[in-house]
Amino acid sequence: MELFLQTLVNGTLIGGLYAIIGIGMTLIMGVMGIINLAHGQIMMIAMYITWVLWQYLGIDPLLSLFISVPLVYFLGDFIARYLLHPLMEKESILPENQVLMTVGIGMVLVELARFIFSSDYRSVQTSYSDVVWRLGQISLSVPVVIDFFLAVSFTIVMFWFLMKTDLGRSIRATAQDKDAAILMGVSAKRITILTFAIGSGLTAAAGTLFLPIYYLYPDVGPIFTVKAFVITILGGLGSTVGAIAGGLVLGLAETFGATYISMGYRDAFGLIIFLLVLIFLPGGLKSLTKV
Amino acid sequence: MTVKQTKTNPLIEKKEWIIIGVAIILPFIFNFSPYIQGLLIFVTMWVVLGTSWNLLAGYTGLVSFGHAAYFGVGAYVGGMLYFHFHISPWWGLLLGGPVAVVFGYLLGLMVFRLRGPYFALGTLATAEILRIIFGQEEWLTNGHNGILYITTWVSKYPYYFIGLAIALGSIFSIKAVMRSKSGFYFLSIREDEDAAEALGIDTKHYKNIATVISTFWAGTAGAFYMIYMGFIDPEVVFSLHNISIVTILVGIIGGVGTIWGPAVGAVIMVFVQEIFRSSFFSLAPSWVSGMHELAFGLLVILVILYMAGGVVGDWDLIKKVLRFKRAEIQE
Repeated sequence: MELFLQTLVNGTLIGGLYAIIGIGMTLIMGVMGIINLAHGQIMMIAMYITWVLWQYLGIDPLLSLFISVPLVYFLGDFIARYLLHPLMEKESILPENQVLMTVGIGMVLVELARFIFSSDYRSVQTSYSDVVWRLGQISLSVPVVIDFFLAVSFTIVMFWFLMKTDLGRSIRATAQDKDAAILMGVSAKRITILTFAIGSGLTAAAGTLFLPIYYLYPDVGPIFTVKAFVITILGGLGSTVGAIAGGLVLGLAETFGATYISMGYRDAFGLIIFLLVLIFLPGGLKSLTKV
Repeated sequence: MTVKQTKTNPLIEKKEWIIIGVAIILPFIFNFSPYIQGLLIFVTMWVVLGTSWNLLAGYTGLVSFGHAAYFGVGAYVGGMLYFHFHISPWWGLLLGGPVAVVFGYLLGLMVFRLRGPYFALGTLATAEILRIIFGQEEWLTNGHNGILYITTWVSKYPYYFIGLAIALGSIFSIKAVMRSKSGFYFLSIREDEDAAEALGIDTKHYKNIATVISTFWAGTAGAFYMIYMGFIDPEVVFSLHNISIVTILVGIIGGVGTIWGPAVGAVIMVFVQEIFRSSFFSLAPSWVSGMHELAFGLLVILVILYMAGGVVGDWDLIKKVLRFKRAEIQE
């Protein structure tokens, strides 16, 4: 029973972090209609920014959120403005041209990181890294709990932004019906670039939060890209609530699978669920709730 | 009218005979350098992979992000025959293709219901699942220890000519298919699947045909990799980054939906990476060698931005720009 509860808690905590990766991805997918296969790589860049700030300036990873998120926001703005948006008007044989572009961008980001930082594993050790709280039989790692609550607050802020502000409404309108939104006076170009930048900023927040509890190396990017699209499809395309649910489901599936079935297959559980969802529930969790 | 014209052309045109001739002479020109011969062998392997991907993605519109699945299965057929029964992995060269076809068909049952980005993600996920399974089931595949086999020949000539034969086989088989009725059906599926179905084309059937041909060559390429390298492990042959993605990039650089595009892409990919890896043949400082994949990635971005059709697809455009420049100089 304790093992079960412990696994449940761990899965939920990790799931909260996965959720913000998923929200960034689902926003981009909804508005731009493309899968961003450089999502994890953008997150990796944020992790390296955080690592450099900690290693050379001694800035706590949580404080460097204020630096890494804006920096990566501008990186996302640049990518969308100069690399992805120009492709929208271009005729090409494959409609997936933008997706292929994100593949190229992802590769360049990984290789850039490898070129500058080499393939060595890095990690950040803070004063609270190894501290553990005990709740009865269940132990809670302090950095994971802090990260979880920060992730939840990010999610809430994001949700408020999307639901209550004008910009948020424009983003949702573009995601639902692009042509109608343009007719209502929404600048599609501006919204597209803004969405990509916000999505990148969110995943940067996730990366910075992940750093104290994860190893960092250039190839960490693709792993998280795969996780991000699993979450997005799981939750349903373009659905913020779905992404949160998807993140939790993935976190729980991974931890339960690793605990009860096999550690080596940890990364496969998410993918298997993903395939099953694609085939049997194409709309994702969103289609169950009709929200 | 156009159909008739292509029918009267021979399958192998004059220009292509010249290319074949040059390809046969090439290793003898570089007789002194096994290093360059090794690169040429890699070129042939990437030609096969790129061409097989191109039939699915460029002609049929099924953009696969999981070609490593078929490549890896092809490689492991030979590897597992050797590992379990001590049969020569050369049999893999014959069996790798067909087994990959069976795999491709089974995966197709699952992923052909998906379209567009969903298809891409579905294929990507299946390749990743296979990578994890082949890494975990040690009794079957020897897991991450991989399978080692002492290669048959030290000389590179036989490998080059086998690779070249497979590469030419893949190119001309796909050229032949694209001249047939099925080829036109593939194109119609790429352009508009619903319209094709409405016109009475059994899209599922033709998608399966495209997959069979494509996976056969991808599996054969994997088997060739096994007998040439003599070592495989799941992280290498099922790699998302080093196989699936690079295959796509080879196709894009050369030109999606052109017969010779992936071949040109493979040459560019191997040599651009090698020029950087060797630091411009040791002329540049040694830190340049760390940039080989970075340079290739940047090249891909530039190609997508400015030459959406790839080198072969936009050849007319490139010629025009070059000629324009020349005219300017003359003035």
